[in-house]
Amino acid sequence: MAVIFERTKGLTPVSTHYCPGCTHGIIHRLVAEAMEELGVLDQAIGVAPVGCSVLAYKYFNCDMHEAAHGRAPAVATGIKRVWPDKFVFAYQGDGDLASIGTAEIVHAAHRSENISVVFVNNAIYGMTGGQMAPTTLVGQRTTTSPLGRDPKQAGFPLRISEMLATIPGATFIERVSVDTPANVRKAKRVIKRAFEIQLEGKGFALVEVLSTCPTNWGIEPTLALKWLRENMIPYYPLGNFRDATKEEVSDGQ
Amino acid sequence: MAKVLMKGNEAIGEAAILAGCRFFFGYPITPQSELLEYMSLHLPKAGGTFLQAESEVAAINMVYGAAGCGARVMTGSSSPGIALKQEGISYIAGAELPCVIVNMMRGGPGLGSIQPAQSDYNQSTRGGGDGDYKLLVYAPASIQEMVDYVQISFDKADQYRNPVLIAGDGVLGQMMEPVEFSSQKATDLPAKDWATTGTDGKRAPNVINSLYLDAEELEKHNIHLSEKYAKMKENEQRWESVGIEGAELVIVAYGTTARIARSAMDNLNKQGRKIGLLRPITLWPYPEKAFEELDDATKHLLVVEMSMGQMIDDVRIVNEGKRKIDFVGRSGGVIPSTSLVEEKILEILERSE
Amino acid sequence: MVSERTILAGFGGQGVMLMGQLLTQAGMIEGKEVSWLPSYGPEMRGGTANCGVIVQAEPISSPVVEGNATSEIMMNLPSLLKFEEDLEPGGKLLINSSLISEKASREDVEAYYIPSSDIANELGDTRVSNMVMLGAFIEVTGIVEPESIFQALEEKLGLARAHLMDVNKEAFSLGAACVKEQRK
Repeated sequence: MAVIFERTKGLTPVSTHYCPGCTHGIIHRLVAEAMEELGVLDQAIGVAPVGCSVLAYKYFNCDMHEAAHGRAPAVATGIKRVWPDKFVFAYQGDGDLASIGTAEIVHAAHRSENISVVFVNNAIYGMTGGQMAPTTLVGQRTTTSPLGRDPKQAGFPLRISEMLATIPGATFIERVSVDTPANVRKAKRVIKRAFEIQLEGKGFALVEVLSTCPTNWGIEPTLALKWLRENMIPYYPLGNFRDATKEEVSDGQ
Repeated sequence: MAKVLMKGNEAIGEAAILAGCRFFFGYPITPQSELLEYMSLHLPKAGGTFLQAESEVAAINMVYGAAGCGARVMTGSSSPGIALKQEGISYIAGAELPCVIVNMMRGGPGLGSIQPAQSDYNQSTRGGGDGDYKLLVYAPASIQEMVDYVQISFDKADQYRNPVLIAGDGVLGQMMEPVEFSSQKATDLPAKDWATTGTDGKRAPNVINSLYLDAEELEKHNIHLSEKYAKMKENEQRWESVGIEGAELVIVAYGTTARIARSAMDNLNKQGRKIGLLRPITLWPYPEKAFEELDDATKHLLVVEMSMGQMIDDVRIVNEGKRKIDFVGRSGGVIPSTSLVEEKILEILERSE
Repeated sequence: MVSERTILAGFGGQGVMLMGQLLTQAGMIEGKEVSWLPSYGPEMRGGTANCGVIVQAEPISSPVVEGNATSEIMMNLPSLLKFEEDLEPGGKLLINSSLISEKASREDVEAYYIPSSDIANELGDTRVSNMVMLGAFIEVTGIVEPESIFQALEEKLGLARAHLMDVNKEAFSLGAACVKEQRK
């Protein structure tokens, strides 16, 4: 009988702790499949963040480090400098990367560390119970913006990909979404491309993945995907923001 | 090998390279920047990697990453920078990774001064970051001793899978003394089979981690750590004692301050006094055993520090009320003078006569 | 017992730190115990510099030279005003009289007045005024041999700047001659 679907070797055979309908599971699988397909799983060292994906070190079937909140790019830097020929990736959420870890991500991009970062943006702090993130949309209600995010008080949502794309060292920056099967397939291709950039030794690559949080958004999973499509994508447009491998002349020249 | 005249900060860098350190992540801060500068020039020549991080926080987390890979790795800073590193130090201790951290102490609190101080004693010996953990803390008193303890620090870090702190001060970082690089390397260190190297498809994944969501599991981990610390306490106490036999008063001081105290002691002993010196070399574990050597003749202990008095708490704990304890010190970056120590000793002795 | 605890002070660019290091290195070359402790405060950026050097036969306990200096080299007036009190009675005080018109205020010290900046200018290189002072200092104290100073300087200059040895040696001997003259 023909095999049409197989569990990826890139994930350990355990059930995850993620809430029903959470898209972390999909993104984990995309990352794991990409590593498996590129043949780097047994040479991979990953870095897990603090946030909902704090236990990612239990799910990715490769050597892993658990980092302090926001520091994954610094930890990945330490790892990559020791093992320049291994495959090193960081998996971070939006509280981790876009709030407490802005310095680390900006400077990892700035140095063009030859690492891959998967940035999962669901516009909220999930693990700690649904607080406002830098990426929370205007008007969006969270436990720390109970009346909806007020930009006068909390600023406008931070567009990380657009910001990082301005950094000369950022080789590859692209935003994808996992709200539809088509977008999931596209996300997989982009993640794989980002990983290839590291294997080619071309420097820093980051893929921002728009994701949902049905539990803390307080809506059911299918509606959450619809909410992402209707609210997040207009503010966080999908697409490539930087691909220095295609630019003939690099910035500053 | 012939002696060379070197600045303390630079000598530490050279000693680290000779001890097999191949990774250094740091951030500029007076009075330790020469260590950073030395590493930036000399570590690449030795095939190593130097990286000037965006912050102290990033630097220590790079150390965490590199140490988890099994590398010999070092960072250095001075007091407020070490305060910033406490997050990473706690993670490194929790994940049981070996690394060496250098603190060239300066006056605090806050931004403080850039002049020498010893007011990070508590930060060094009480954990500093969150949780039940300890660092092995060495407080050398000369550049030669600092160099010798760099090798020892890397070896002990590997032996115990624990971060080691070298607690110097602005004087030790900035001064020049002749130094010889001839340290003995440990030969029987355990294999780093826990390191992340990529599985190569030959073993289950290694995970570098300090997270234990199950309370019972974390407690088990803490019990394991404290058993390790108990071993360190048993085996790693180091100190130097001079002239404590029959001494009427014994000075307790470490690092630069111990040298000033030694001058004061020599001056007074020339005048017929019997003063001794007990110099802790390990600040943690505190050299409790050293106090067992003290004589019944010794009725007074004088603690001298470049702070408002921090180590004195450990002296009180060890002393258990047996002897009278006095304190003299300067802080904020002021170095206590030899005459200040002499005057204090005479005052104590005259008071009791 | 040979022993000197020396404070060297002046403003940035006078080669005060280097002078201290040469003395320290020379002591080490002769197998003596030595230490060099610089000031490294923000005043360094503001232009003043000082260091304390100890050269002696016995192991050095405190490397701090403060209140117990046996000798001093003062290259400018603020330094003299700041450090004169740190000299022990009978101590040797070397003053750069090109820049300091004042005399020593203490009578219990042995003062020497060396126009080191003028002598250096006459040699066509202001930078060697520190070597003039060092020559005078070694003549006064005899703490190390001139040869050891030259060896230390040679190591410091390296091959690239070896051509500067001659003018430095000349400066050194003019400083020494100046002391001999004052002793007459």
